[in-house]
This record gives sequence, structure tokens and C-alpha cells, in this order.
Amino acid sequence: MAGHFEPLSGGGAAVALDEVEVSILRSLAVQLLELIGPGDAAGPEGADPLARLFAEGPSEPPSDPALARLFPDAYGDPGAEQDPQERAYASEFRRYTENDLRDRKREDALAVVRSLDSLTVGGDAGDDAAVLRLAPEDCRRWLGALNDLRLAIGARLEIAHDDDSEALLRLPDEDPRKPMVMAYLWLGGLQESLVEALIG
Amino acid sequence: MGNVSVAPVEIERPELSESPYAVTEPDVPWVTLVHNDPVNLMSYVTYVFQAYFGYSKDKAHKLMLDVHHKGRATVSSGSREEMERDVQAMHGYGLWATLSQDR
Repeated sequence: MAGHFEPLSGGGAAVALDEVEVSILRSLAVQLLELIGPGDAAGPEGADPLARLFAEGPSEPPSDPALARLFPDAYGDPGAEQDPQERAYASEFRRYTENDLRDRKREDALAVVRSLDSLTVGGDAGDDAAVLRLAPEDCRRWLGALNDLRLAIGARLEIAHDDDSEALLRLPDEDPRKPMVMAYLWLGGLQESLVEALIG
Repeated sequence: MGNVSVAPVEIERPELSESPYAVTEPDVPWVTLVHNDPVNLMSYVTYVFQAYFGYSKDKAHKLMLDVHHKGRATVSSGSREEMERDVQAMHGYGLWATLSQDR
């Protein structure tokens, strides 16, 4: 899968994606949406929007490692025990920011799904790839979603140190983690090329 | 001069100043720290520092290298509220950030 972004002259970026790539990306973005979810305190769909606006977020970090990486504590050194004050501040921060953060990450993932759904692959011309053109605002959303996806997959693959990714590169083909590693590396290449397209 | 205000510093969040262990010193600035993690791309971290803080490419690149080699870097400093805003933004971008009082 050789897909990488190229800068567009008027701003934004474009990438050629084939049918398989589109379906993998879409399915990953949908899984990310399911992972992020509506947030515990957000209330059911159709709940009073005003009540939703004032709903407090959670005060404890998520127990799922992927979610915990997407929504980290704002106080205390990673890997170190928090003191009581840091714990209190982190809870407070989480209560009034996590819902907004979840909204932002959901919107980024939704932007990916929407732009993929607007593509027609394999049309009349019989082409097996379509060119996706993203406006600058969509580029930013894609960057966020690609990064969130890599963080979530990285947590699932238990990538905790810089040399862990090296070890994953050398996994034998029959390892059950292999498909996830391939997706992780492919997303990294896509994200890298999108960053380069944006900052040149 | 000599006109000392007795107004609470954290006026928007009185519940915090009532907590038993609120002993932060108002004059000491807070800092936003970004921590190293093995997933975020170096180019992406540099991009975030440029896009959010408006830092030059050189400054953003140097901060990214500090994160990568030293495990963390101080990317901004100011009031606690400002640093909470920066940390929230960093979390939005997927960077691992915390704030602390610069002692």
C-alpha cells in the first residue's frame, strides 16, 4: 500500500487510495469512534442539549489502556505515583475537559469517514484508485484522527518504548499481531506524508 | 506600591482553594511539559509546536528533540489557567502533556 499525501497548490493535500485502503481506513475510523464513544456523562442521544452542555465529565482516568492514552492525566509525571494534590487536580481537570476532548476526537474521526464516503472508487473509467482531495481544515482533522488511531493501536500492541516498534517490525508472518502492525506502519507513513505536505 | 490584593487567586474555581492541600504558591509560574512517547512521529510533534504555539520551525524542532532525547521538554510557561489550556490543546493533538508548578 503505497498511499502517501502530496501537497495541493491552493493548500490542503491529496492522496490516491484504492478500494482496499479506503475500506481499511473507514473501518479503523469507525472503530475509533466506537472506542471514544459518547462519553459516560454525556447522556443518551437526544438528551436535553443544555443539560449535556453542563454535564460534568468523569473524574477518573479510563481503565482501557487505549482510552487512557487518548485522555491522559494532566497532572503528575507519567509512570510516577501522583501525590494527593496532583490526583485532585487531575480529577478536576478531567471533569471539565474530557467531554470536550472526546467531542473533538469524535469529530476528527467522523471527518475521515465523511471524506472517504464522498469518494467513488472503481467508477465508470474502471480505475481501481480514487484521488482524495482534502481542504486545509480537513487535513488538520485527518492528522488528528490518524494520530489517535496510531495511539490506540500502539496501546493495543503495547508499544511503550522507542525500541518496541523495532521489535514489531521483525514479527514473523504467522504472528497474530502482524495485521495490526502492518496497519500501524501504514498509518504512520500516511501521517508522515500528510505532515510533510502541510509544513513542506 | 504596597497595595496588596487579598482577592483569591483562583477566583473561577473556589472549590480548589477550599481543598485541604491547596498550597500552591501564586507567584511561581506554571509550565507545560510534553513527555516522550514511542508512537508520536517526530515530524508531527514538531508540526504541533509550530501550529499551536506559533513557534519557528527551528524552535519547534529543538523542543521536539528535547522531548525525544531528554524524555520531556518545557514548551510553555505562564499562569495555571493558561497552562491548563495548553495541556488540553496538547491532549487534543494526542501529545502526552502535563502541567506543574516550576519550582
